[in-house]
Amino acid sequence: MNSNYSILIVDDEAIVRDSLSKWFREDGFVIGVADNSATALRQLQAHRWDVILLDIKMPGMDGIELQQRIIELDPNVTIIFITAHATIESAVQALKRGAFDYVTKPVDPDHLSHLIQNALKQRKLTGENIKLKESITEFFKADDIVGESPQMKKVYELIQTVASTETTVMVRGESGTGKELIARAIHSNSQRKFFPIVTVNCGALPEGILESELFGHERGAFTGAQYRRKGKLELADGGTLFLDEVGNITMKTQMDLLRVLETKQFTRVGGNDIIRVDFRVICATNKDLEKAVADGTFREDLYYRLNVFSITVPPLRERKSDIPLIANYFVKKYSQTMGKQINCISPEAMDVLVRHDWPGNVRELVNAIERAMVIGTSPALKPQDLPFQLLNLDKKKKPSSGSLAAVEKEHIELILEQNGWNISRSAEILGIDRVTLYNKIEKYGLQKPS
Amino acid sequence: MINAIYILNASTLQEQDLDRIVHTVKTIFRVPVFVKQVGLDFGSAFDGSRGQWNSTVLLSQIITNSVGDDEKLVAIVDVDLFIPVLTFVFGEAQFKGTAAIVSTHRLANQFYGLEEDKQQLLQRLEKEIVHELGHTFGLYHCRQFECVMRSSTYVGEIDLKQVFPCQDCQRLLLKNFS
Ligand SMILES: [Zn+2]
Ligand SMILES: [Zn+2]
Repeated sequence: MNSNYSILIVDDEAIVRDSLSKWFREDGFVIGVADNSATALRQLQAHRWDVILLDIKMPGMDGIELQQRIIELDPNVTIIFITAHATIESAVQALKRGAFDYVTKPVDPDHLSHLIQNALKQRKLTGENIKLKESITEFFKADDIVGESPQMKKVYELIQTVASTETTVMVRGESGTGKELIARAIHSNSQRKFFPIVTVNCGALPEGILESELFGHERGAFTGAQYRRKGKLELADGGTLFLDEVGNITMKTQMDLLRVLETKQFTRVGGNDIIRVDFRVICATNKDLEKAVADGTFREDLYYRLNVFSITVPPLRERKSDIPLIANYFVKKYSQTMGKQINCISPEAMDVLVRHDWPGNVRELVNAIERAMVIGTSPALKPQDLPFQLLNLDKKKKPSSGSLAAVEKEHIELILEQNGWNISRSAEILGIDRVTLYNKIEKYGLQKPS
Repeated sequence: MINAIYILNASTLQEQDLDRIVHTVKTIFRVPVFVKQVGLDFGSAFDGSRGQWNSTVLLSQIITNSVGDDEKLVAIVDVDLFIPVLTFVFGEAQFKGTAAIVSTHRLANQFYGLEEDKQQLLQRLEKEIVHELGHTFGLYHCRQFECVMRSSTYVGEIDLKQVFPCQDCQRLLLKNFS
């Protein structure tokens, strides 16, 4: 990740050199160490360094003096001082002379990692290697979005159109249609892809908790808050904030949210510091927000701020041609993660899947496949591996002919299938003895699938 | 060639709490995974002035549990860990080495004044274990925001990532394996 960047650590304490070099090596930096000023200067003549971490107090030439010499050798290098509490004043001196920043030992890892990232960001902006920003030419779908139907192709087109912009996007669709995946696809195709996408489930949290979840809180903000806690808004800095079920937030939080979206700044609960953040907003809802605005339960100004560009994900029943693709995709996926030798779906089982109406949409289908993969034993998933209600409902809907015998035949076949042709168990469920069941199997010419 | 991964439990977690973690580690690294209860000498790692335990000291104790270089060890502890220059660490690993250590201390909601949530604690622990083991297999920190090898210096960042390495890291893992 950072293999193009190098850090030189100058400190007379071996333990500081060791633990810092180990810490940065895991980030992939090229690391150099020096235990005194003379070695540091030799290292500087031998290599080009991006960042130098410099201990202020060292025997012989101290850090401040060394800073002067370093700047003479390489005026562009980024210097960060390491100090103990006692020497903060000399650190301030160092800042005046052009050091990037200073940290006190022991340093908070979160602080240190942001400091280094900021230093590198600044080097990238000002440095000699300003490259053209990597342009995003290749569109890639988030892994789990599957579908080739015209309706889904339209959705991909919309994602592609809006991804590279900074526009706020509202994703609409019934629950289970995969709105979060759409948000992730937009994020992964945007310039922000190397920063996080942070999901806030607005529907799941009570108001007070949602507030602390979004804005974070300061130490002592309320009983039990012993430590400062960053909110989701802060975690999303640089990336994307995904507000799921945005139609469910209270009027009070709607107002707070509107203010943040307008100003991109806020304070933590119980705090005074103004925190500035930079994120893109994607939201999702399965509610009729227009009606909520008309009813006065959703703020009109927030609605217009969120509903700039909208993408509607079609329900699964309106794109049945995608069902086999989705089902097969997840069979492959689960066979890998579960390490099971199931690699396809039998035509009979597929028929059941395609005929079902899937009120729970893709999520319901994926759950059905996952369950089938857990209980299935043969290389091809069978109808009896599928959830019971799927078979029952669909069989009920489609009696092949009106005669009682036809219904009996179908019902016996179904029970046999569901019980893997276990005669005793099937007979028990049907409320007949085994001999009667054998007779009926023969009468209707039922055959155990091979 | 690595033939086994040992999860050394020196925490108050029960062995059955670790079932899912064992399964995940097995799936990702594709070797048998065993849980062993161990005791560590926490006294020698304690730093009275900081009220924390030196993770590097504990790591060197863990290595003494190793019998061969065809296995990896990862220990779970409850105590708050530090390395001298940092205020705390969630865990530490020997890069391309044998052993790693992960602490539950700052993974628990109670630490941040929130209600206890054992499932969430175990999910975080699972990711940190995979992450530190990843380092022992020579994986660096990764920039993919969902990758388990992304560096997390704050607990909220652990929640953002997935338990699996991204495709690039998986490829690297395979390469380092053979
Ligand atoms: Zn790491
Ligand atoms: Zn990765």
